[in-house]
Amino acid sequence: MTNDKPKIIAGLVIFVILVTCPMWINMGKNKPAPKLEMAAEAQAKGYCVLPKADMKEKHMQILDGWRNSVVRSGQRVYVNDQGKRFDMSLSNTCLECHTNKAEFCDKCHVYASVNPYCWDCHVNPKEK
Amino acid sequence: MNVHYISALLAVVVLGFLAYLGTEVLGLQSLFGIFIPYLAVCVFIVGAIMKVMNWAKSPVPFRIPTTCGQGKSLDWIAQNKIDNPSSTVGVVVRMFFEVLLFRSLFRNTKAGIKEGKITYEWEIFLWVGALAFHYSFLTVLVRHMRFFLEPVPYCIKIVETLDGFFQVGLPGVLLSGVVLLAAVLFLLARRVVMPQISYISLMADYFPLFLIIGIAGTGLYMRYFARVDVVAIKELTMGLVTFKASVPAGVNSIVFVHLFFVSVLFAYFPFSKLMHAGGIFLSPTRNMASNNRMVRHVNPWNPELKFHTYAAYEDDFREKMIEAGLPVDKEA
Repeated sequence: MTNDKPKIIAGLVIFVILVTCPMWINMGKNKPAPKLEMAAEAQAKGYCVLPKADMKEKHMQILDGWRNSVVRSGQRVYVNDQGKRFDMSLSNTCLECHTNKAEFCDKCHVYASVNPYCWDCHVNPKEK
Repeated sequence: MNVHYISALLAVVVLGFLAYLGTEVLGLQSLFGIFIPYLAVCVFIVGAIMKVMNWAKSPVPFRIPTTCGQGKSLDWIAQNKIDNPSSTVGVVVRMFFEVLLFRSLFRNTKAGIKEGKITYEWEIFLWVGALAFHYSFLTVLVRHMRFFLEPVPYCIKIVETLDGFFQVGLPGVLLSGVVLLAAVLFLLARRVVMPQISYISLMADYFPLFLIIGIAGTGLYMRYFARVDVVAIKELTMGLVTFKASVPAGVNSIVFVHLFFVSVLFAYFPFSKLMHAGGIFLSPTRNMASNNRMVRHVNPWNPELKFHTYAAYEDDFREKMIEAGLPVDKEA
């Protein structure tokens, strides 16, 4: 198909641009992972509902469980492994210590393009 | 049991173990996380270009009017302008339907014998499976751009939002991943279960299926069962696309298995049946207008020959011809 060479080459150029487009769009500017910053209140407290590693992995599932427990069963008390009792509340319990939602929650969520729908209903007390 | 699919399955399992043991035991994170992905993408791009250029050199002497519809004829016979186009616009429309909706696969029929007669029945399930597979794979691919772009563009976020529309569970179920695995399992089952299809299937048919099952399986496993550090993974992938690659701590070995499967798929792509992605644009039965008799088609690689035409012949011998009383076109 010697007559169609220009069309085929145009197609190949589009193919190469499409495959390599993330490299063009980023223009070589590396964006390292954000560093998580803990609020002074959280550091002062020294403990969370679960150990740090578990919180990092499972915080979304804990919150989901809390939501279901509070909304569907009216059960508002969470008891952790050490027998500590917590009020199941995102705005009151979590954000009481982690006062810096923008630094503590949003940074990583935005970087990983995770859009939790917590804030569809909840308000950040700081932002009122 | 069939040696073709067992060997394909074994190959994929061995590849998976290779990546797992390589990163978990031998600590070859930079090999599986940086070197092999770069190599695979280079092989993919160069291989695909070479394949297409090779196809472009192939002779296509005639237009092939595959008559899925009435061709252009007399004025009072209605032409099927999409299936048997005689214009470029018609060809573009036909290619559009072929590439995006797999129109010729839609016409798939199944031969069988009913009441002693051979019958051809419309068989739609391959088309449905193929459509589900390709579009869910495309959606998965587009969604994965969140790992390669920072900030993540809104159009990619919206794809993910629509994909997780039903907000089932947490992390929310994304339909495309589940549909992808289901569709690829269906396409595999079809080859394994149906005796006629199994008979004509080779390792080259099974291997990509198992590889994609491996990719979708590890992907779903990471999202819904294992907990992997997405932020660390994004740091790795962003490093790759900005040529400042490094392997951050906290990237689970299963991620490297997933990445290695994808790298193998990329590197394998140009040398396999998967190149139908490029080949579809060059299908002679789809991309040429059926205008064999409306337009004069000159073979493009005809050699330059010097012809001695009758007019020239007459010029050479005109006087002698007139002398001999032979008729001439042009008097002297």
